[in-house]
Amino acid sequence: MTNLVFLIPVALAMGLGGLYAFFWAMRAGQFDDLDGAANRILIEDEDQQ
Amino acid sequence: MNALVQAAPAAREAALVDSRFTVPGMRCAGCIAKVERGLGSLPGVEAARVNFSAKRVAVRHLAQIDPFDLVRELEKLGFEAQLASDNPLAQDDKETRQLLRATAVAGFGMMNIMLLSVSVWSGAGGVTRELFHWLSALIALPVVAYAGRPFFSSALMALRHRRTNMDVPITIGVLLATGLSLYETVTGGEHAYFDGATMLLFFLLCGRALDAMMRGRTRAGIGALLGRMGRSASVVQDDGTTRRVASDQLFPGMVMIVAAGEALAADGEVIDGTGAIDNAMLTGESEPEAVAPGRMVHAGSVNLTAPLTVRITATASDTVIAEIARLMDEAGQSRSRYVRIADRASRLYAPAVHTLALAALVGWMIAGAGWYQSLVIAIAVLIITCPCALGLAVPAAQVTAASALLKQGVLVKDGSALERLAQVDMIAFDKTGTLTLGEPVPDLSALDQTRKAVALALASRSRHPLSEGLAKALREQGVVPALVEKVSEIAGEGISGMMGAVQVALEKPEQAGASVASQLRIGGSTTLIPFRDRLREDAGEAIAALRRQGIPAMIMSGDRSGAVREVAGALGLFARCGMRPEDKLAELERLKAAGHLPLMVGDGLNDGPALAAAHASIAPGSASDASQQAADAVFLGNRLAPVLAALDVSRRTMRIVQQNFVLAIGYNVLAVPLALAGMVTPLIAALAMSGSSLIVVANSLRLARSPS
Repeated sequence: MTNLVFLIPVALAMGLGGLYAFFWAMRAGQFDDLDGAANRILIEDEDQQ
Repeated sequence: MNALVQAAPAAREAALVDSRFTVPGMRCAGCIAKVERGLGSLPGVEAARVNFSAKRVAVRHLAQIDPFDLVRELEKLGFEAQLASDNPLAQDDKETRQLLRATAVAGFGMMNIMLLSVSVWSGAGGVTRELFHWLSALIALPVVAYAGRPFFSSALMALRHRRTNMDVPITIGVLLATGLSLYETVTGGEHAYFDGATMLLFFLLCGRALDAMMRGRTRAGIGALLGRMGRSASVVQDDGTTRRVASDQLFPGMVMIVAAGEALAADGEVIDGTGAIDNAMLTGESEPEAVAPGRMVHAGSVNLTAPLTVRITATASDTVIAEIARLMDEAGQSRSRYVRIADRASRLYAPAVHTLALAALVGWMIAGAGWYQSLVIAIAVLIITCPCALGLAVPAAQVTAASALLKQGVLVKDGSALERLAQVDMIAFDKTGTLTLGEPVPDLSALDQTRKAVALALASRSRHPLSEGLAKALREQGVVPALVEKVSEIAGEGISGMMGAVQVALEKPEQAGASVASQLRIGGSTTLIPFRDRLREDAGEAIAALRRQGIPAMIMSGDRSGAVREVAGALGLFARCGMRPEDKLAELERLKAAGHLPLMVGDGLNDGPALAAAHASIAPGSASDASQQAADAVFLGNRLAPVLAALDVSRRTMRIVQQNFVLAIGYNVLAVPLALAGMVTPLIAALAMSGSSLIVVANSLRLARSPS
């Protein structure tokens, strides 16, 4: 029973953390161009000369 | 010194503007790199960023750079591009984001409450149960208040207008369940339905968010239409000088001078000058139209060759182009009367559910169960019948279908478009740009290597549509232009120059035939270059496939009869030609009145009203912004196959939607007797709800597989 005092806040905090991460990702435009992000990894860096 | 250093970047920033371009041709990582680096290296361009999913490029550049120059730069890089209006997605985007946030919040609440509920179900009693109920209430109240807003406001709106919609039973169900659970919690009761309420919100929000995401795909403002009109004109003053006047300050009777390459800002009559205008936007004809004094010219058409002096006869809202915008607006109204399948279902469903819940309440009261127990049972009926899977049944299938279609090159605007596409029983095609590619393609077989090089050198200096088509075809063959100097263009005649000591020219052919052609002269020898507007390569196949499906097709063209007859003959189609925009509109209204559900496929601005009026409509990606706006779907590429794919997928989608309805209602039919008997615990409600939702989603995902 005393475990719960500790575990329930932890569960809630983790849930809230995930929720916050999602809100941040949406505000930061992480979902704006999903296909583009998948493709950009294939672009070679420009040679620095 | 310091002040200067600080002021400079500030001034530069002030002069930067953003332009957005639609570039449908980007298909791979290489294209992203090519576009971003190509544009980024231009002087005056600060940054270019590709959004690959939306096939758009956002460019930050100095204000003095004309966005149309950037379009030309993109063409040099090998990409067709169109200037897009200012962030057309902003509004829809906001709605989608709000729904996504609400979904996330509901998901968070649902999972945490479920965690607590599971332990209650597995036998937690006494103080633990009460503690868990209180915790659930603590989570559920803010979650319901936040995530439920879209439903509450919609239900309130409906009730205010004395109507009922899907959101009314949802709102009643959620609020009653939350209220009853709160009462249970306070009095230390056995069952709390917080999990049911939040889960209901979560699944329903998933459906709403999917629906909203789909709508925000291919929007462009109708303002794009009037954007094609010249924004200002050079008006001749009494003393003979000219002055720039904004298009809304023009009045009939004024005389304006239209330079070559300029778009007309008003309708008028030519009083001086001869030349050619590009009227494609209004008539859909690819060939430039010759003009001479006495001819009427219309706002939105582009003067191609020599300056014209025009006496204005109509301005602003009286122009032909504004008339088309108005027709489109009105024609679109009839489509908004279409009732979505989900709404039709809810019209039957909502009253049935309410009656059932009420019957349960009254029935148990009569049976002597007491207020409290009767109410609990009535609420259980409401929760179990809440259209959770029903809310997902339509959007889940439609979103899967839309992304499957996107892979085949069709962008569908919303779910209602898919529903209407599935119903069409006949098709009307525009000719130029729809059945054909809409750009004059030269026949280069008569040209040898030298002639090609000379032709390219000349053609690339001209903005005449034929020259542009010729230059494009030659560049595609990898021809290197010859060195031609002293190039000069004479309006209506052609373009000429010197290659060494030889005079070369690209000009109007001497014998004017019926077909479009251009003549290349090198010294004394001449070569004829005929142009043709080629049919899309699979046009014949597509028409044949439609015929097999029992969908008759016809051509509605604004073009002259000769050119139309040729295409109609090649495809074996019935054709009507020389149709003005209002004729097309009237023809479609006539077909609709005769009980047909026509699909309109067209690209030109002259098709705009018809696209808006037809039961469903599709425009090619090369169509004018206004037409893309009016159409339900846009297809990319040079083939007609995507049109067939759109019809096929939309029909399969409707079949899946119907199956989903059967599955969702089937679940309810099983669960409702339990609820009426008063045997539904929160556990059964949760299982029924998530079980039917998952099955519906899984069934919808079958659409993602391509047809075998």
